[in-house]
Amino acid sequence: MVYEIINSSGLCNYYNLNETPGVAQRVEVRKDKFAYLENKNIRDQIIQFKNDRQTRVSFFLPQIHCSSCLYLLENIHRLDAGIISCRINFPAKKAEIVFDHSRTSLRNIAETLTSIGYEPYISLKDINRSKPAINKNLLVQLGVAGFCFSNIMLMSFPEYLGVDETEESIRGIFRWANFFLSLPVFFYSAWPFYESSWKSLKHRFLNIDAPVALAIIITFIRSVWEVFSGEGGGYFDSMTGIVFFMLAGRVLQDKTHKQLSFDRDFTSYFPVAVSVMKNGEENPIMLPEVKVNDTLLIHSQELVPADGIIVKGRALIDYSFVTGESLPEAKGIGELVYAGGKQVGGPIEVMVIKEVNNSYLTSLWNGQDDQEEKTRSFVHRVSKYFTLVVFTIALITGLYWWQHDVAKVWPAVTAIFIIACPCALLLSNSFTNGHILRILSRNKLFLKNAQVIEDITGVNHIVFDKTGTLTNPSEQEISYEGAPLTAMQKRQVAALASCSVHPLSRAIAGWLNITDKPAVQGFKEITGTGIEGFVEDNWIKIGAATDAGKADSSATAYVFFENRVTGKFIFCNRYRHFVPSLLKELGKRFKISVISGDNEAEKANLEKMLSGATVLFHQKPADKLKYIEKLQSRGDKVMMIGDGLNDAGALKQSNTGIAVSENTNTFTPASDAIIDADQLRWLPRFIRLCHINKRIIIASFIYSIVYNVVGLYFAVQGTLSPLIAAILMPSSSIGIVLLTYAASNWSARRLKLPD
Amino acid sequence: MSVIIILLLVSISVAGLFLAAFIWSVKSGQYEDDYSPSSRILFEEENRK
Repeated sequence: MVYEIINSSGLCNYYNLNETPGVAQRVEVRKDKFAYLENKNIRDQIIQFKNDRQTRVSFFLPQIHCSSCLYLLENIHRLDAGIISCRINFPAKKAEIVFDHSRTSLRNIAETLTSIGYEPYISLKDINRSKPAINKNLLVQLGVAGFCFSNIMLMSFPEYLGVDETEESIRGIFRWANFFLSLPVFFYSAWPFYESSWKSLKHRFLNIDAPVALAIIITFIRSVWEVFSGEGGGYFDSMTGIVFFMLAGRVLQDKTHKQLSFDRDFTSYFPVAVSVMKNGEENPIMLPEVKVNDTLLIHSQELVPADGIIVKGRALIDYSFVTGESLPEAKGIGELVYAGGKQVGGPIEVMVIKEVNNSYLTSLWNGQDDQEEKTRSFVHRVSKYFTLVVFTIALITGLYWWQHDVAKVWPAVTAIFIIACPCALLLSNSFTNGHILRILSRNKLFLKNAQVIEDITGVNHIVFDKTGTLTNPSEQEISYEGAPLTAMQKRQVAALASCSVHPLSRAIAGWLNITDKPAVQGFKEITGTGIEGFVEDNWIKIGAATDAGKADSSATAYVFFENRVTGKFIFCNRYRHFVPSLLKELGKRFKISVISGDNEAEKANLEKMLSGATVLFHQKPADKLKYIEKLQSRGDKVMMIGDGLNDAGALKQSNTGIAVSENTNTFTPASDAIIDADQLRWLPRFIRLCHINKRIIIASFIYSIVYNVVGLYFAVQGTLSPLIAAILMPSSSIGIVLLTYAASNWSARRLKLPD
Repeated sequence: MSVIIILLLVSISVAGLFLAAFIWSVKSGQYEDDYSPSSRILFEEENRK
């Protein structure tokens, strides 16, 4: 079908561009899914700009994955003549579409995109959004600093090489040129350092930027004084140099993963609009406007947005999102459904009993807002002592020269501040972190920021969620119990099971693995109960435990031949193949816990794999959070590894929350890091790399102290010439950069990381 | 005026031009998406109606 649409518009080139274009599976989309885009209120919230001829809108299209997507989407005007242009931002997976609203509509565009497999993801967050200010300033500041630094370097040469008396005027001009070139660096490029240190001072805390800012200011004042009094050329080259190098480190470290989002809350999961039934009519309404006692129509595969009571239809709610329980729950009229559950059966009507913001799911987020008291970085703690030592040395030197030679007080003291700038420490920190972040993200472990590296090194207790984290959600292990099935019966059961799209039926069909299936007559699927039909004149039924009059603790499906129970299929989650070895390796160095929202069917199996670890079942999201808190109150530093919204509270509470994702395009809950599910096996090595990171920083810190001591030796004597400063400063900076780069690369290779 | 001063002025203004070009490229968003432009250039330019 997709091919037909594409072919009819002459976009077949799409298929030539890439080996495997298109995403194989697509979810069928309900016809009126985007009807809410006709609603003016909702539309106005989504579009970015509108005048009398055109409208601009930006859609998030999570399916974008290759250059063919780019080609197809940017030529979308051939599918819908009303579209004027479409620009894709590939890393952000966003399409900026400009269209003529007299010829097409927002809804049409959304439907066109969906029909070719790029369903726009429109969530509640799109409404509440505040425009994120992208910081392009840092790059410009870096550019300006680089420009000024290189020119000042060039013009400082005559000063160092010595100009003879006859060209005295040239020297003056060069000094003044340096002065003017340093102004943009001092007032513009160095701004982030002033800002950060001012902020930390206001919180009565000395961070690493404070001594750096102090050094920049003192160097500048001293240099200006030298130029104005005609005594020397100043240290403009050193000053602009440190600013340039430190900004470069900062840019490297702050390179963010645009395609990932680390701070999603429930609003990014909920739809913008829901259908409210009023006098038998369906009306789309914006989610925040839904009130108690409204009746919502929930279609198949849609999320229940608010707690409510079912008033019509049979519900089959998949709560895996909220509780981690992997099997859908059947609910009838009059029963309660909670927000966050996904309806997998037919359409149902739900009467809202709590507003969206008060539902059980959202209370998980609201309940624990200000617990962001993360430990401060080691570098900032060091900087406090660093500053103290520098001030002490400066004071002693000042007093000494006061006694002996008053004229030397000023040059000696300022020289100390210039040379003792902890820029090497800051540089080693930001360059090492930036490099480790990049090594990790090549290995598909994406960290939110550099602080996470340090948090990981403190961890001594690792808590795993079971469902979806240790187990693979797309694979199920099946065993059969009861009267053995004959080959013929197997064929018949397989035929019946393959008629249904229910995950368990699909799993049974896959497990039986039979190709020549007989025809099924009178097939019927009863939502929440099972499937039935005639196969080769046998009345067969596959159904839930309740149909057989039994209650089982584990997930089962009973097989009936002519209304008599023949046997049952037992489903259990299959562990990722590397889980036993992973747990064993981690168990040597960390305390391990496994918590699960599932029932206890797996207990024996798990305990066999984990000797001495804590295994907890029936854990609701709030229980998981409490468990983490309990561990932390005992003094443990906890790393939580989970996958679903049901872990969201725990991920946030833990010292390091890592969200596991099958596919990094999908939506993960708020966390400190996101890891690709397959890469979980390398976790011990990643943790080790983070430890090495700290060692590299300490090593380069010592290296930089050696430089500082050499510099201080000249400084306290009052003989620090601009030439020595100009040699010491860049050589230590470049040395640090090379050292950290080589050390982190070498350790990554030694750990045999896959990439 | 020594010729060095003229050279100085020339070199700084040339460098300044590059700086301006860099600032323009940052402001116009060229560092935001480093994948699509390189692919986009390979697509056939077909006539738009």
